[in-house]
Amino acid sequence: MTPGRDDATTRTEPLIDAHAHFYHAAAGRADWAEVNAARFRAGERMGITYHVASALGSYGFSSPTYFPSPADVTVGNDVMLDICARESERVRMFVTVNPNYTEHALGEIARCLSRGAIGIKLLASRRADDPLLDPIAEAAADAGVPILHHIWQHRRREWPSQEISDGADLARLAERHPRASFILAHISGGGDYMHTFPAIVDCPNIYPDLSGSGVDRGMLDAALDALGPSRLLWGCDLTMETGWAKLRALEVIGLSDDELSAIRWRNVARICPANSFPRCAQATVAS
Amino acid sequence: MIDVNALIGPYPFRHVPHPDPDVLMRVLDREGIEEAWVGHLPSAFYRDPSLGNRELYAALSRFADRLRPVPTIRPDWPRWEDVVRDARSVGAPAIRAYPPQWQLGPHDPGMRDLAIAAGEQGMALLLTVRFEDLRQRHSMDGAGDLSAAAIRGLARAGDGVRLIVTAAGRDLIEEVHWGLTVIEQRRVLWDISWVWGPPEDHLAKMFRTIGPERFVFGTQWPLRLTQNPRANLDLLPEDLRGMALADPHALLAR
Repeated sequence: MTPGRDDATTRTEPLIDAHAHFYHAAAGRADWAEVNAARFRAGERMGITYHVASALGSYGFSSPTYFPSPADVTVGNDVMLDICARESERVRMFVTVNPNYTEHALGEIARCLSRGAIGIKLLASRRADDPLLDPIAEAAADAGVPILHHIWQHRRREWPSQEISDGADLARLAERHPRASFILAHISGGGDYMHTFPAIVDCPNIYPDLSGSGVDRGMLDAALDALGPSRLLWGCDLTMETGWAKLRALEVIGLSDDELSAIRWRNVARICPANSFPRCAQATVAS
Repeated sequence: MIDVNALIGPYPFRHVPHPDPDVLMRVLDREGIEEAWVGHLPSAFYRDPSLGNRELYAALSRFADRLRPVPTIRPDWPRWEDVVRDARSVGAPAIRAYPPQWQLGPHDPGMRDLAIAAGEQGMALLLTVRFEDLRQRHSMDGAGDLSAAAIRGLARAGDGVRLIVTAAGRDLIEEVHWGLTVIEQRRVLWDISWVWGPPEDHLAKMFRTIGPERFVFGTQWPLRLTQNPRANLDLLPEDLRGMALADPHALLAR
């Protein structure tokens, strides 16, 4: 377990960031290593036990972030495999794929799952309910790993640089694949989250993560009212201060210890392969 | 700690839970915030905010020791100068204006006059870059964000001007700050309610380049979680953690 280093961390039980990213030398930014180090620094301060992360190809440097080329997908996944090997105590990996290249996507899934990846990351390269996602969802179900799908909360039109999907789109995919688990990305990462909750309420295999830069008051209450604590996953994505703010808010809105524990780590541990997070299990035994 | 960016009252484009001053008082206690400068949220969308100001003064009167009123004043409304004087007489530390919501352009002469008038009365002009993320706005919310050009223009309006700009992100802050002279920069404070923390570390980077003395604590309650700016400060790198933000009262005393 990663106890808080000082009184800024209010709890010492496990905490899993279900939505993280790491950068690399081919990502087109000179400060990539500093950004990665800052994630670890903040994670230590917050008491994050595991960062569940993916690399999004070249992040736009040699192909678009949300439409990564197969070559960039492989480079990003190799980077994540290396980070997981170096940081095995605190990093887990979702393998990123572009569903427009089915053979490559399935190959990457097989390659990276065999080397320890615990889930699949889909961006916005193809609408979530497109049949091209079916073989990927089947592969996820067969392997018992979740799919983290980038989502725009309520798409009312097309936006540039993404083929965006919303909760209703993901629900259609989830209904076709009841054996698979889906993580609906960042309810506070853009768009109207109030549209998402009713769109997915009848899909028990969709688990929204709380990440994103938004910290709207009322959002957490609405998510809990609609879906309950057993379906929500804590995460940060690109803004860790908003993740911590939401965690602190969850601590004061009347959740039981078990409900808070479910959101902090137990829900994501439940939908990932057994023994994906051994330090969480150790912590609960120790406590 | 003073929260310069609190509001009461409902928001027209989504439900906001309990936007009431007694709830705000409980939040301040819970978060260890001594004082809040409080505006009236619906007044930003009224054609004439004067009745909203009356509601604000009445609602805060029971909490006058900790909740300071920040009335809304339109410089394109007749006799706005009287409202500025009224604000001073009730002890307002600042006034609020919303040029994008009122379709006042970046070089509107009325806004310039308002900034100067507020400064002459020892009050700050408090500006709001945005209430919500662009990606989630209601289809009828077409105001757009407050522009850097508008802020630069007001900061250059005169030595008595005092601006507090809320809900800005790093790009806009840097565009304004480095587009001003050193003297003009001292007329502007920025609240940290919308500044990103790690891993991008926008707040840390601006503390190193611009300096913490140009930033103040702000939450944008009741629209946003009060915990956010505190979490951001707590996640600063070790060498920056605990650095003092600006005291907004000092801006007024300048």
